[in-house]
Amino acid sequence: MSTTPIPTVTPSGEDGPLRPPTDYQTRSMRLNSARRYAVNHLVTGLAVLSTVLVIVPLVAILGYLIYKGASSLNLAFFTHIPAPVGETGGGMANAMLGSGIILALASSMGVPVGIAAGVYLAEYGWGTMLGMAVRFTADVLNGIPSIVMGIAAYSLIVMRQMHFSAFSGGVALAIMMVPTITRTTEEMLMTVPHAIREAALGLGVPKWRTVISVSLRTASPGIITGCMLAFARVAGETAPLLFTAFGNQFWSFKLNEPIAALPLQIYVYAISPYDEWHRLAWAGALVLILMIMVSVTLVRIYAGRGILKGAS
Amino acid sequence: MSLEREPEPSSLLTAPSLPMDAAPIHAPAIINFVAAAGPVAAEGPPSPIRQYLRARGNGGLADRTFAAAMLVCALSIFAIVLFILTILIARSRLSLSQFGLGFFLRSAWNPVTGDFGALPFIFGTLTTSLLALAMAVPLALGVAVFLSELCPAKLRAPISFLTELLAAIPSVVYGLWAVFVLVPIVRDQLGPLLVKYLGWTGFFGGYNFGVGMLTASIILAIMILPIISSISRDIMLAVPVSQREAVLALGATRWEMIRTGVLRNARIGIVGAVILGLGRALGETMAVTMVIGNHPDISRSLFAPANTLASVIAGEFSEATSSMYISALIEIGLALFLVTIVVNAIARALVWAVTRGAPARVH
Repeated sequence: MSTTPIPTVTPSGEDGPLRPPTDYQTRSMRLNSARRYAVNHLVTGLAVLSTVLVIVPLVAILGYLIYKGASSLNLAFFTHIPAPVGETGGGMANAMLGSGIILALASSMGVPVGIAAGVYLAEYGWGTMLGMAVRFTADVLNGIPSIVMGIAAYSLIVMRQMHFSAFSGGVALAIMMVPTITRTTEEMLMTVPHAIREAALGLGVPKWRTVISVSLRTASPGIITGCMLAFARVAGETAPLLFTAFGNQFWSFKLNEPIAALPLQIYVYAISPYDEWHRLAWAGALVLILMIMVSVTLVRIYAGRGILKGAS
Repeated sequence: MSLEREPEPSSLLTAPSLPMDAAPIHAPAIINFVAAAGPVAAEGPPSPIRQYLRARGNGGLADRTFAAAMLVCALSIFAIVLFILTILIARSRLSLSQFGLGFFLRSAWNPVTGDFGALPFIFGTLTTSLLALAMAVPLALGVAVFLSELCPAKLRAPISFLTELLAAIPSVVYGLWAVFVLVPIVRDQLGPLLVKYLGWTGFFGGYNFGVGMLTASIILAIMILPIISSISRDIMLAVPVSQREAVLALGATRWEMIRTGVLRNARIGIVGAVILGLGRALGETMAVTMVIGNHPDISRSLFAPANTLASVIAGEFSEATSSMYISALIEIGLALFLVTIVVNAIARALVWAVTRGAPARVH
């Protein structure tokens, strides 16, 4: 860089001759300058290189999953229950139904509690010590490993009932949904302008009615998307279901019985020694990823519109 | 709606007890209303206006009930954490009383004789997590610097979107990929290379099955990369532009601007992001269970199969038969719970210190 003279203006004024930098730069200054520019380019290059090093393999993983999944997916996957070992064909219909049941259970417990806690944080506890403590606890709960939720639900429900059940799996997933939904709801409610609340209160609407009909309704697209995000996150969870829902090779509709779930089935099939099961595992992984991709993309679209700032 | 229709001592009744002579003159309507409503409600049935308002759910009771319900739900988050803690302690009492704190320093793990110690799993967890951090942090910081400082505006959104997408892929799917793609690569390509060039360190001895601590560390690094990079990017973007402009105005190159203007201001938050990544790595279960080899051994070689705190629970819990075995596994879960709470609390506090309560991201 030091070879190109930096155009400079003499102190005498604009119409003075442009002097080469050698006039005021000593040799060590030039060397120093060269070193600084070299370091600058080196670091810029390293940052670009690391981005490429990260993005390329990650895209490759995603592409490979989609490729393997798409070539393994067929109609039977959605309509059949697993075939016995040694037979080809079969699908994961029961696992998808089981996942649906467990997730419906988890959502029916986790979503109301999560939204209500978010309402408390944004509308009642803003700025109070209790509100701060709840917010902090929610963030910490968010980071607790899912396997710990699994053994907690096992210790609480399965040990007492002495059998695995869909219900215990639902409880474990519900606990995981709560902190995510709480924080998203809070953030969404904070984006609702105060003037709207004040307008409602000024008309004599009681506070609870203001919260439900004005604040929550205004923020509802963001809150719904936040719930979908939490849903997508727990939809792929395997560890909490290992010893709560436990898995099942057949149809199961009862909440009190072991039930199949898509991520569990993928895990069991992936570590099995049978090629046919491996194929089904890839197909299951693709279905899971597609579901998650759709909800993350929806979140992204809403975030782009400013409805869900910072929640994606 | 039925609750607020019941007769109740109105909270507005406190109003007449105000000194009437102190009331402002320019609000005669309010005084009249209060003076008229007060005695009626206190003596007989409430006024028609009050009855109408109560019928519409405008009573104080409805508001208090709603606020209390919200508070209960908020407090349930505390309750969940406390509850998990108590139940884990209660169910691991057998192993707690048998082995005491020495449980975490014993390297025996023998379900047949009922002899349990958690040292091999602590070793496995620390080795894989720290190795994963060593691989992921430099790359993640490079990505964060690129995204926040160097990236053309058009590229920023797609790359951020991609990293968020990758952070959302379930653990079991990463595990599936690792079993069928990463394990052969480590066994056939990466392993021989490491033995050839780094064999002298002694970390790459023994037979290389493809499953082991090295493979687990690599998949962990891949999984925590998007998390660390996206949080660090947010923290770097939270540094005010004026800081960058001030450094540039002093004649700094872009790297000097990033180093002194951005990284130095954001360093606490970046440490927080790294610790958050560590918290994820410590508790990561499924992908690790699938590729670590599941063997309770402390070995110097990174090719050796091992087990982490999380993977031993996932792998052995459903086949644990004796109550001591179950109790020991639950105690491991308790340790994992406490460690991740501490790690996450530290990380959150650091991230908060920098972003000043700016919306925390959902991970």
